[in-house]
Amino acid sequence: MSGIPAPDGIALTVFILFFGLTIILGSTVALWRGRIGGKGGKSPPAAHGGHGEGAEDWGLGGRQFGAWITWFLVGGDFYTAYTVIAVPALVYAQGGFGFFALPYTIIVYPFIFMVMPKLWKVAQAGGYATAADIVRGRFGSRGLELACAISGLVAVMPYIALQLIGIRTVVEALGLPGNISLVIAFISLAAYTWLGGLHAPALTAFIKDIMIYVAVIAAVTIIPVHLGGYGAMFDIAEKALPSAGGGHVLSSGQVVPYATLALSSALAAFLYPHTLTGILAARSADTIRQNAVFLPAYTIVLGLIALLGYMAYAAGIHTTNTNMVVPYLFQTIFPNWFVGFAFAAIAVGALVPAAVMAIGAANLVTHNILPKGYETVTGARVTGFVVKLGALICVLFLNAKFAIDLQLLGGVVVLQTFPALVLGVTKLRMTSSALLAGWAAGSVSGLALCWMDGLKPVHPVGFGDISWVVSTGLIALGINLVVVLVISVIQGLVGGAKPSEA
Amino acid sequence: MKYLNLLLLAPFIGLLWVPFYNMHDPVFLGFPFFYWYQLTWVPVTSALIWLVWKKGEHS
Repeated sequence: MSGIPAPDGIALTVFILFFGLTIILGSTVALWRGRIGGKGGKSPPAAHGGHGEGAEDWGLGGRQFGAWITWFLVGGDFYTAYTVIAVPALVYAQGGFGFFALPYTIIVYPFIFMVMPKLWKVAQAGGYATAADIVRGRFGSRGLELACAISGLVAVMPYIALQLIGIRTVVEALGLPGNISLVIAFISLAAYTWLGGLHAPALTAFIKDIMIYVAVIAAVTIIPVHLGGYGAMFDIAEKALPSAGGGHVLSSGQVVPYATLALSSALAAFLYPHTLTGILAARSADTIRQNAVFLPAYTIVLGLIALLGYMAYAAGIHTTNTNMVVPYLFQTIFPNWFVGFAFAAIAVGALVPAAVMAIGAANLVTHNILPKGYETVTGARVTGFVVKLGALICVLFLNAKFAIDLQLLGGVVVLQTFPALVLGVTKLRMTSSALLAGWAAGSVSGLALCWMDGLKPVHPVGFGDISWVVSTGLIALGINLVVVLVISVIQGLVGGAKPSEA
Repeated sequence: MKYLNLLLLAPFIGLLWVPFYNMHDPVFLGFPFFYWYQLTWVPVTSALIWLVWKKGEHS
């Protein structure tokens, strides 16, 4: 780690100040929310969890979030702290290929615009809080409900673990012992979610965003000035990375994986419990449409964040631990007090999505997995706590690589709920048994392919002489859809099965 | 209104057909084509969604 200045007290003090302040604000949100919000005066629900409204308020913010809060909340849990660490790390390691996050986070918005207002209306009309609720309402199938709930849970747990790893990364960079700080981060997260419910991340998301924006804008303006401009930065990075040749940026073998990973990530992105929670908590379908127009502003920031991977080359950072690229870069370029601020931005940036993820997971468990009767605030709080504890244990006792691998597998599995959830709101006629069979075929084949490929997200597919390397999630979704189609057609021909109505 | 929705396919075509932009030149403000082309799609996509949303409301 040559040339990385040692951390000092100033950075640490600034870090603790900002991180602590956010946690205090989020945990006490019930106390001050009524006084500033336009909805003023509405007292927070009683803690001794009754049914109905209290649980919906804790888990879904009472479905009252307007355009601004939705923007911050969805932006806050879609563009996570892990993104700030992992995307530049991938760009640092692989060059242009790491930018597939950019097309992914652009094409996701037309998709949101077309699909999510429909899902929101179904959820609003039926009082549904989760993807599995929506599927149960549409198809009346307990099996399909459980399949969706388990997929969501499997996908979101490692995601929470990655957020904790994000916090640990910056805290270690500040020179504190990793595991102790991880436990502190966990306790903060638990208190913040337990007390504030979805209101805590919703109302602290704006703090996170402002801090991330300040840190990123400072980085993308100051660092190139230090290093001789963007042109020089690209030149240095291109020399350091293997060349694609022929004036191309991606090598010919990277083109199909780039496009298919972008597509499968975009299709899966809003099937996750945490992102869907943010969408369902919106006040109206038009709030979601409006957000589809304005959320891409975050994608510009993401593009700039990705460039940090190249800036690291220009700043002369050499490390094999690519997760440390961003922390090292900040420590090399920024004064100590700003390092503390930027690290706090990343840590708060992990707290907000981790809270929404835990709430989304808790909603799934209390609504869709446990038998009826657990849909109380206390039930949701305890479940949320257990989910976070699981993530903590995963990070403490298994390594980070394990969480990353699990996240990959979770992404493949959650994509298999696409037919039931998204095609379920179209006029296509599908039966729950066909969808369940498709889900099983897609999940099993997707996991098997990942396993055989040594936990890589892509798999080679051959047609005659031509062979492409395609996103595994997309292949599994293809298998899933074929199974759904074939069974639906057969059932239609036999005529016995009744196409499901809403 | 339904025809207008087809505008939303443009970002998918423009971004998922990688050969459109898998090149280094022309460079703009120091950014190779590959990067600024994709970044340009961000405001373009926002504008297209806005158009489909607003025009769709009137019909």
